[in-house]
Amino acid sequence: MAIWLTKDSKVIVQGITGGEGSKHTKRMLAAGTQVVGGVNPRKAGTKVDFDGTELPVFATVAEAIAATGADVSVIFVPPAFTKAAVVEAIDAEIPLAVVITEGVPVQDSAAFWAYNVAKGEKTRIIGPNCPGIASPGASNAGIIPADITPQGRIGLVSKSGTLTYQLMYELREFGFSTAVGIGGDPIIGTTHIDALKAFQEDPDTDAIVMIGEIGGDAEERAAEFIKANVTKPVVGYIAGFTAPPGKTMGHAGAIISGSAGTADAKKVALEAAGVKVGKTPSETAQLMRDILS
Amino acid sequence: MDLFEYQGRDLFERHGLPVLGGGVAETPQEARAIAERLGGKVVVKAQVKVGGRGKAGGVKLADGPDEAEARATDILGMDIKGHTVHKVMLAETADIKEEYYFSYLLDRANRTFLCIASVAGGMEIETVAEEDPERVAKIAIDASKGVDEAKAREIVSAAKFPAEVAEQVVDIAVKLWAAFVAEDATLVEVNPLAKVGDGRVLALDAKVTLDENAGFRHPDHEALEDKSAVDPLEQAAKEKNLNYVKLDGEVGIIGNGAGLVMSTLDVVAYAGEKHGGVKPANFLDIGGGASAQVMANGLEIVLGDPAVKSVFVNVFGGITACDAVANGIIQALALLAERGEQVTKPLVVRLDGNNAEAGRAILDGANNPLVTRVDTMDGAAEKAAELAAAGK
Repeated sequence: MAIWLTKDSKVIVQGITGGEGSKHTKRMLAAGTQVVGGVNPRKAGTKVDFDGTELPVFATVAEAIAATGADVSVIFVPPAFTKAAVVEAIDAEIPLAVVITEGVPVQDSAAFWAYNVAKGEKTRIIGPNCPGIASPGASNAGIIPADITPQGRIGLVSKSGTLTYQLMYELREFGFSTAVGIGGDPIIGTTHIDALKAFQEDPDTDAIVMIGEIGGDAEERAAEFIKANVTKPVVGYIAGFTAPPGKTMGHAGAIISGSAGTADAKKVALEAAGVKVGKTPSETAQLMRDILS
Repeated sequence: MDLFEYQGRDLFERHGLPVLGGGVAETPQEARAIAERLGGKVVVKAQVKVGGRGKAGGVKLADGPDEAEARATDILGMDIKGHTVHKVMLAETADIKEEYYFSYLLDRANRTFLCIASVAGGMEIETVAEEDPERVAKIAIDASKGVDEAKAREIVSAAKFPAEVAEQVVDIAVKLWAAFVAEDATLVEVNPLAKVGDGRVLALDAKVTLDENAGFRHPDHEALEDKSAVDPLEQAAKEKNLNYVKLDGEVGIIGNGAGLVMSTLDVVAYAGEKHGGVKPANFLDIGGGASAQVMANGLEIVLGDPAVKSVFVNVFGGITACDAVANGIIQALALLAERGEQVTKPLVVRLDGNNAEAGRAILDGANNPLVTRVDTMDGAAEKAAELAAAGK
């Protein structure tokens, strides 16, 4: 088992015919994911061939669900169309929508999140601007490389894609149950807290790696949650200890303004909640190794 | 993107918000001309994207054109918290009776927007928020409903605006929200929102942050960018679609993925503590698909910084395999040599992840004396810091 994404998950791709969409559909299939179709209203009724696997293209998410029983959608459409794509997924009540697209206007993210809340949160949204979710050995929804680690019993939640890969690689001797990249945008669907809660409840996860970044106070809020609710060991890493204030570093969310949101403030909050925090990725991996061995 | 006050004022005016007449000047002569046009007393305000300019002497009153020119001469070129003043805004003066505070901004924690409003506005709003939080109202805005007249009344009542200004503030709240949405802002702040002698409520300052992700909806926003403030290397990087931020150290950094690059900055800074205090010279994220071309562009930018003494290329092969990255580096060095920009600074390369062995073999095979291969992030940072310290 794993959280949110298992070997039984049936995945569709919104934007399956686009460059990124088709490239990663191929990779997801190669990782053993049950990709069952795609959505593109202009190419509905056609089929796309992925190295011998023919996938049907549907006009809407609802039609795709009706025809295939899909329960996960991975969204690769360009930023200008992302809000409409997510709203469509919410309307179809798909249980999980993974929004990979980078560069979505924050008012659009706020709008689709508000829409999801108004509709009763039947859809779990991961992202936007995220690498997706991978349950090694079972299924892969997004762009996380599938072959970094085997299946194991560590859960990982992270704002950053490449740091996720780095930590998975450093801890590949243990393997992972699920890795979730929640994205670094100011407004995101699934939070650190949602993932921590799911890992705490998941019988196949023994320990949790949490990766954060400067900016915002999500890590501080996660620390409070851990203190009150998480009994499994958690190891943390925060990127940006030496980042100068006032500079945006790639992720829209990774900016320090004023005193809040610094890596040090996050480290202090996490340590107060009993989380061991590494200064570097390798030190963080070692902390986890010490716990598991 | 943060706007200057004068750009915010213009934006407010375009959206029908009540502002005072004003103009922006880059020279004392231009300031005089604007003061003549406005007539009477004017206020001369330094245009810098940093708070506390009033306390730093960047805001002065002037009785007429002569004095406006003199005050502009004083303020232009002034340094305010590391920001050089290149422009001053001149505005009509107001007979301020009361100062309020009003803003809309992102509320990350609740994944929506927030209105912050207070009748205790002005320069001390942050102190008020800290010492007397009940005087600062925070009202959540439902992103799908926004601020209509009813919501505006809720804000006015929550912040306890006096009855005699209530109708005006309701109107301002609705129009300011419309501007916030129409311009894809992530912050609009009016401090002070002031009641003046004749009873009108006016926006006397404007702080606006626009969402760069929404640039595709706003071709006009590009003109608002302050090219003078951008570092020339940052500008060159932007033209090549590279995500580059200039810092003040000696170790050039190239990596893939924002989080990994940020982490690389940390690891290099720690290593630098043991090597004469060398620090990262920049942030450069070349993204997932690091082709030879992108690598060459990245190297060109990083090596274009004269402060750089060594370069650390830190790549985790995820989607892009390390052999492709290694080929990219070798080809990039050849490409730079072809462009007549012979590389003379040492490169430390760390490749890990997808096809790392093949990538390392390619680097070894190329046998370039400038390239040192180190296989762990910590070890490579150490080596890059050591080389930078030696090159100082």
